[in-house]
Amino acid sequence: MIDFLRQPWPWYVAGPLIGLTVPTLLMLGNRAFGISSSLRHICAACMPANLDFFTYDWRKEAWNLWFVGGILVGGFVGGVLLTNPQAMTIAPATVQALQALGIRDFGSGLLPTDLFNWSNLLTFKGLIFFVFGGFLVGFGTRWAGGCTSGHAIMGLSNLQWPSLVATVSFMVGGFAMTHLGLPWLMKLAGF
Amino acid sequence: MNTQVDVIETPVSRKRPVGNWVYGVVGLLLGIVFVKAEIISWFRIQEMFRLDSFHMYGVIGSAVLTGMLSVQLIKRFNVKTLDGNRIAIAPKKFKPGQIYGGLLFGFGWAITGACPGPLFAQIGAGFGVISVTLLSAIVGTWVYGAVRSGK
Repeated sequence: MIDFLRQPWPWYVAGPLIGLTVPTLLMLGNRAFGISSSLRHICAACMPANLDFFTYDWRKEAWNLWFVGGILVGGFVGGVLLTNPQAMTIAPATVQALQALGIRDFGSGLLPTDLFNWSNLLTFKGLIFFVFGGFLVGFGTRWAGGCTSGHAIMGLSNLQWPSLVATVSFMVGGFAMTHLGLPWLMKLAGF
Repeated sequence: MNTQVDVIETPVSRKRPVGNWVYGVVGLLLGIVFVKAEIISWFRIQEMFRLDSFHMYGVIGSAVLTGMLSVQLIKRFNVKTLDGNRIAIAPKKFKPGQIYGGLLFGFGWAITGACPGPLFAQIGAGFGVISVTLLSAIVGTWVYGAVRSGK
């Protein structure tokens, strides 16, 4: 059983399970699936700075903070307690393209360590991949009013066309960055 | 002494809402799925944006279909919450930010290889340095709030 759980789960198991989060949250207490809101609640709780956008009773949304806290612990269970003993299988075409960009580590885990490690923190790599990238995720999701969970999954599940607009924009942005921006950013970062 | 005063009636419609910790458990299960389906992987996001693998499309597509079917069933059968309330989902209003902000988030998604949910799961899975990415995402949210509130 444990061996079974340790292998990577196929999309047709994971996708429906993620989709079931939608009715689960609705039936538990009429909560809408959404993760990026937690970032707003953290701002409201820690540094509202008298800004209108953060002046609301975040305690009423505390469930969302428990939810993301749970995701973090789940990451530990899935990634540390149930680690996949095998190296990850990555599409050969992606490996080739990333090798051309300067990535060398394809075998150590879910993230390439030549990009994501503490020693890169105070370098240009860290500035681009952690600070700049993270900022875009936080600023962009709030401007869009949601992320992959709130728009792509929750919004589309409820047949909301603005969520379709948002989801298409996420994908267009991702394609553009991957094919046009990344080669340039990787060079800038010293790869 | 009149003991009858102590008898408190609890009407059915006023059931206690579930504790917030329950949402923590749901998050925990979701976090496990995020890691085991490898959707928190920078490589999987790269494959998706390079159209080199079906995996992420399968995950997101089947998640949306499952969610859609569930929401339709909830509406059709007028399913109530555990504490007996009506389920009402707020509609999403269109605003141009869904395009501009959506594009910016897409840029960030391709760079970091993570949307907000996976950021939390990556930290839990042992990639401690992602806490810097998360912190920066919180700063990004704060700056958006400051810009918005400034108007």
